[in-house]
Amino acid sequence: MQSQIAGASQGSNRLHMIRRGTIAGFPIMLGYLPVSLTYGVLAGQSGMTNMELTLMSVLVFAGAAQFLAVSMVAAGTGAVEIIIATFVLNFRHFVMSLSFMNRLRNIALKAKIPLSLGLTDETFTVSTLYRKEAKETHGSWFYAALILTAYFSWVGGSYLGGVLGDVMPSRLSESMGIALYAMFIGLLIPSIRKHYRIAIIAVLAMIINFLCQWWGMNQGWAIVLGTLIGGLSGIWVLADEEEEL
Amino acid sequence: MMIWIIIGMAVVTAIPRFLPAFIINQAKFPKWVDRWLNAIPYAALGALIFPGIVSVKPEAPQIGVIAALFAILLAWLNVNIIGVVLGAIVAVFLMTL
Repeated sequence: MQSQIAGASQGSNRLHMIRRGTIAGFPIMLGYLPVSLTYGVLAGQSGMTNMELTLMSVLVFAGAAQFLAVSMVAAGTGAVEIIIATFVLNFRHFVMSLSFMNRLRNIALKAKIPLSLGLTDETFTVSTLYRKEAKETHGSWFYAALILTAYFSWVGGSYLGGVLGDVMPSRLSESMGIALYAMFIGLLIPSIRKHYRIAIIAVLAMIINFLCQWWGMNQGWAIVLGTLIGGLSGIWVLADEEEEL
Repeated sequence: MMIWIIIGMAVVTAIPRFLPAFIINQAKFPKWVDRWLNAIPYAALGALIFPGIVSVKPEAPQIGVIAALFAILLAWLNVNIIGVVLGAIVAVFLMTL
């Protein structure tokens, strides 16, 4: 009896975490759908089959790299160049993963590995803004649900875009290009409202990223440098707020 | 041919993502590195927003900037993130009419 009750409450707790994770992932879904639709449309136009463009979303799951690959495929670029460009552009996820995994210390390695594979700019920032879940029991279910919500909307949207082709009015899909940026802003501002000094970190990263690209550095490395050097300021900026963060 | 491009992209994307899972299990970082890693989300958000935002409409960069300012205003007024995203989309749509 005792163990039955414990089992039941544990089950509902897990379900509760999954539900919360899905809700937390909902804004990402909203941001991903228009973007993945656009990706599907463009990939179809570049000559990829629906199977290929969907498989790319399934296996790669990295928006910017997929857009880059599509434009390179359309331009007739070779496979090696596309793969190297993908590596350079996505290396920023190494930095993000390091930060994410450091917060997930309480979560088992066997859960950490699949979670790390679902890391994108969006799933990373949303999940790191939900900090306390990492310490709760079944926390990995929260992050898994969040990531899977994002993942399925990305994969589904890609496929739909490939099927729909040019059905979507281009002005609408272009307007939706703002969606992910608006989401990043919507994630950053509440943290800044709580601790104004966080703005220093974000603005420094912006300036460094801008300068690096201005000097002709590749976008992927510029984001890596902006994130690393901008984040370095956190050593001083976050010093006395450590407990809350 | 396409399938090899996809597999290659998947491999070079996956490795940087999962390597830290092992690194973290091996290492305990000093406090300052912890603080650095805690600041990474905010720095990443900053670097992802700008200068990318001006390329929303490459031929009219002010549209991205105005929509971003509108999104900042909405977020500052505690509007839910879904409202922020939808508001920015509507703003761009109206500006490009």
